[in-house]
Amino acid sequence: MEDLLYAQPGWTHVAIFFALGAALLMTVLGFVTYAILAERKVLGFMQMRTGPNRVGGRFGLLQTVADVFKLLIKEDTIPKLADRPLFILAPVIAFAPAFMVLATIPFSENLQFADLSVGLLYYVAVSGLSTIGILMGGWASNNKYSLLGGMRAAAQMISYEIPLVISVVGVILFAGSLNLNDIVRGQENIAYIFLTPIGFFVFLISSIAELNRTPFDLPEAESELVAGYHVEYSGFRWAFFMLTEYVYLFAMASLTTVLFLGGWNPIPFLGFIPGALWFGVKFSIVVFFMIWIRGTLPRLRADQLMGFAWKVLLPLALLNIFVSAAVKELFL
Amino acid sequence: MIRTEEMLLNVGPQHPSTHGVFRIVLKIDGETIIEATPVIGYLHRGTEKLAENLQYTQIIPYTDRMDYLAAMTNNYVICHAVETMMSLEIPERAEYLRVIVMELGRIASHLVWFGTYLLDIGAMSPFLYAFREREAIINMLNEICGARLTFNYMRVGGVKWDAPDGWIEKVRDFVPYMREELAGYHDLVTGNEIFLNRVKGIGFYTKEEALNYSLSGANLRCTGTNWDLRKDEPYSIYERFDFDIPVFHTGDAWARYQCRMQEIEESLKILEQAVEQFPAEGPVMAKVPRIIKPPKGEAFVRIESPRGEIGCYIASEGKKEPYRLKFRRPSFYNLQILPKLLVGENISNLITILGGIDIVLGEVDG
Amino acid sequence: MTDKQNESNEGLSIEEQKKKAAAEAKAKALELAKQRQAEKAKPVESAEQPTAELELTKEELKKKAAAEAKAKALELAKQRQAEKAKAAETAEPTTTEPELTKEEQKKKAAAEAKAKALELAKQRQAEKAAEPSDTTDETSDDLAKQKALAAAKAKAAAAAKAKAAAAAKAKLAREAGGDTSAQPASDDEKAKAAAKAKAAAAAKAKAAAAAKAKALREAGGDAPSETPAGDDEKAKAIAAAKAKAAAAAKARAAANAKGAAAEPAAEEKPSPNQPILDTYIKVIKEHLGEDVLEDSYINRLSKDVPTLVAKPDTYYKIAEFLKHNDQLRFDYLSEMHGTDFETHFEVYNHLYSYVNRQSVALKVKIDRTSATTHSITPLWEGANWPERETFDLLGIHFEGHPNLSRIMLPDDWVGHPLRKDYEPHDVEV
Repeated sequence: MEDLLYAQPGWTHVAIFFALGAALLMTVLGFVTYAILAERKVLGFMQMRTGPNRVGGRFGLLQTVADVFKLLIKEDTIPKLADRPLFILAPVIAFAPAFMVLATIPFSENLQFADLSVGLLYYVAVSGLSTIGILMGGWASNNKYSLLGGMRAAAQMISYEIPLVISVVGVILFAGSLNLNDIVRGQENIAYIFLTPIGFFVFLISSIAELNRTPFDLPEAESELVAGYHVEYSGFRWAFFMLTEYVYLFAMASLTTVLFLGGWNPIPFLGFIPGALWFGVKFSIVVFFMIWIRGTLPRLRADQLMGFAWKVLLPLALLNIFVSAAVKELFL
Repeated sequence: MIRTEEMLLNVGPQHPSTHGVFRIVLKIDGETIIEATPVIGYLHRGTEKLAENLQYTQIIPYTDRMDYLAAMTNNYVICHAVETMMSLEIPERAEYLRVIVMELGRIASHLVWFGTYLLDIGAMSPFLYAFREREAIINMLNEICGARLTFNYMRVGGVKWDAPDGWIEKVRDFVPYMREELAGYHDLVTGNEIFLNRVKGIGFYTKEEALNYSLSGANLRCTGTNWDLRKDEPYSIYERFDFDIPVFHTGDAWARYQCRMQEIEESLKILEQAVEQFPAEGPVMAKVPRIIKPPKGEAFVRIESPRGEIGCYIASEGKKEPYRLKFRRPSFYNLQILPKLLVGENISNLITILGGIDIVLGEVDG
Repeated sequence: MTDKQNESNEGLSIEEQKKKAAAEAKAKALELAKQRQAEKAKPVESAEQPTAELELTKEELKKKAAAEAKAKALELAKQRQAEKAKAAETAEPTTTEPELTKEEQKKKAAAEAKAKALELAKQRQAEKAAEPSDTTDETSDDLAKQKALAAAKAKAAAAAKAKAAAAAKAKLAREAGGDTSAQPASDDEKAKAAAKAKAAAAAKAKAAAAAKAKALREAGGDAPSETPAGDDEKAKAIAAAKAKAAAAAKARAAANAKGAAAEPAAEEKPSPNQPILDTYIKVIKEHLGEDVLEDSYINRLSKDVPTLVAKPDTYYKIAEFLKHNDQLRFDYLSEMHGTDFETHFEVYNHLYSYVNRQSVALKVKIDRTSATTHSITPLWEGANWPERETFDLLGIHFEGHPNLSRIMLPDDWVGHPLRKDYEPHDVEV
């Protein structure tokens, strides 16, 4: 793949890149399909019910497919007083960055689309764009609930991006690079979760907040804002917001795996298992953890959420920089 | 200078957290509520007007539809009012059956409250756990009266059906089961830091305010007022049971939560004793005339429903229909304090406070 | 209701039954006396007592089918038993005693003290109240009966009572020493017997407390000369209860005294709440003048709640007084609604005092044409919505209400549905 990037451009390359992109998109869509199913199933089991069990056999394997199909054939409604261009644009702006960030994530030694030297920075920078899409959707709907949801989302995502970025400084210190490949290689002997546990803790919480998932699901807050910023969306536009959410879940779980859990690196003595599988296992653990949290915790209040970001997570993340530097200086 | 504007936000009548068709118009500044105006009446069915043309027995099904989460207490209050007017002596077995189904109803009602309250606050699992236990209760009530929600079980002078074989044993087995599950709820929710942060100090009012606003039930007991009609103006056979009235002093949503959770435990205590003392046999219906005609005059009785004081006023002319029937509906009275509590709170707290009052719209709107 | 329950009644209305019963009042009274004596003997028999009672009840049921007069007597006996059972069950709430309202304490005291004559009188009174048509021709008969009865009974009763008290005391002592809490419900019979014994003891304590409270209040409020005859009897009952609480020996004398005292009081209405009502009226009249109240009575149908009927112009003044007066302190509005009585409207408020643990019903009759009265929302915030509801459904205007608008019905609704002359308005007709 690297060779292709540096080779002479031509239509064949375009076709190949397009095909690869489409393949990744399909993979991601497949993931989203089954991540939603998994979430519903896992939540179902946690709540002592079975979850989807009709469409597609007794495990409901085609449930999400049917849901998406329903969304596709649903009437596309745009409120009369909505800001039409923005209303249409918002889901696209929200979704595009979610897909873009996937390019830099190394799923195994060989499977990566773009090996950027500032991959981590790229991820953080691009993922921040989604906020605009969400805010736009909230504003364009011309609905007070969605406006409140959009404002909450903007405030929350900007607030939590700060501890999120600062918490990975420890990782960068250890790896000495912003390249995600280098970061994974730096963990061949020991995963960074053991070197910067505080960083991992802050990163995990901030990432849940970034994903707008329970207990930080204030922007959608079903019981307060009905559905927050996407209250006026339906059909495929709504599906795009949903897709954004789950693609981000995919991306964030991948990033967590790469940064803290050692990416494709195997656990010692189990090296015969392929790297991609290791990645998959670690990734699944992170996703499961997030579903688990959702099944357990209630929602925070907006002011508590902000207080938590600025008063708890940020100082912890800053502390983490010093601790990491000390660890690196003294033990490595 | 940034110019800010107040915004009117219309919450309800279709909103997931208003538990029915309750509407509240908020004037908000950002997310801070400046003024709140509740609008009710969307579920007004004119029960009291309808009752003026119905015989007493025919009114009972209408009461089911008021507080549909604890219909047994509603059944009881009208029967009790008529029985008080007619000075009827209710057979032992009927009294025990009444107490058992009312306490089961109380637990079921509190379970629904617990589940939906946590759902409002954003935790989804407790809702399903609570409904599992409620299902067990509903099944038992279904067995005794053939309905799951609108029971229509009680009659003036007793109850409609005797308990089927083995039913009392089921209630007996349910008590330890429920205790176990209740401990699970406490593990899952009561100690949760996020939950505590959401409810502690929220929706505070003092004892004087609570009395002034005619609050009752857990909404009153959370302010340190020891008041429960089951103890303080005993009706039916409640004075035979040994149970406590949970009273808390902080006057916030947290106290209301604790109050209701402990009330479940106390109801279990009552159930345990009622099942133990349950008379082996006997009639479930007193000797009453075929057509019930309370003597001329008026009566007001009040009893303790899960939501507070439910009362029934009957003005009778000695005919088979009441001249005037009026229900003191606790949710209706309890809801009055809402606008006062909401001023200065943010929208998230609106849900916490509203949920904490525990209203049932069928009852608010009569 | 099923047909089965009514087979024995066969369409007989209550009145008819009562008339029959009244016709054989003498037989009834005799029966009653017998029953009572049999009953009195029973508590002494301690443990088997509940079963015995149960069997007795069945027997009685049979008898009932046999003769109407007997049925009446039996019902009385049954009622008494039920009352006793209830009294027995109150044994447990000894801990909650301070929370009990005075009214309840009094009721219990009356029941528990086994003031036989008093109870008899009460029962008869209740009966009378239930069948007002019979009272006139039966009163003299009743009186005669009762005199004979009371005289005969007082002695036997007192003796039996003393015995029962002694037994109960012994039992209580044993309980306290041994297995009070050990096996509360394992043996039903035992538990019941124990409860009874406890009840006797508890009742004494309660009676004493009630009597004391009452005496205190009466000393503070009512002059003895002012108390109506109904009170007289009541006071005696209390005195008796007090004496009992003091010593078992005294109890006998007290009971005797009471038995004798019951005679003149028999024709009065001994509502336990009468003195409370008297206090209210007295306090109100002292502060607001003589003619502020239109009427006042004890509403027997409504658990003996003292009822005050204010005059339309003094309604707010009385409400305010009820809330703020230090002696009354009705700080809680339990219920507020209106009724259309066709000749007039009536607003009914059920007030409660958490300080004194007493209820009062405050009513006001409103002229139907103007349909205006003063709002009490400034006094009790809790009256806000109920007044709006009353306005909405009955069209009574409350002056001084902060926001008197429709609450249940849409703002453009025409008419007030709970008015008896309401005609639904339909624009298309």
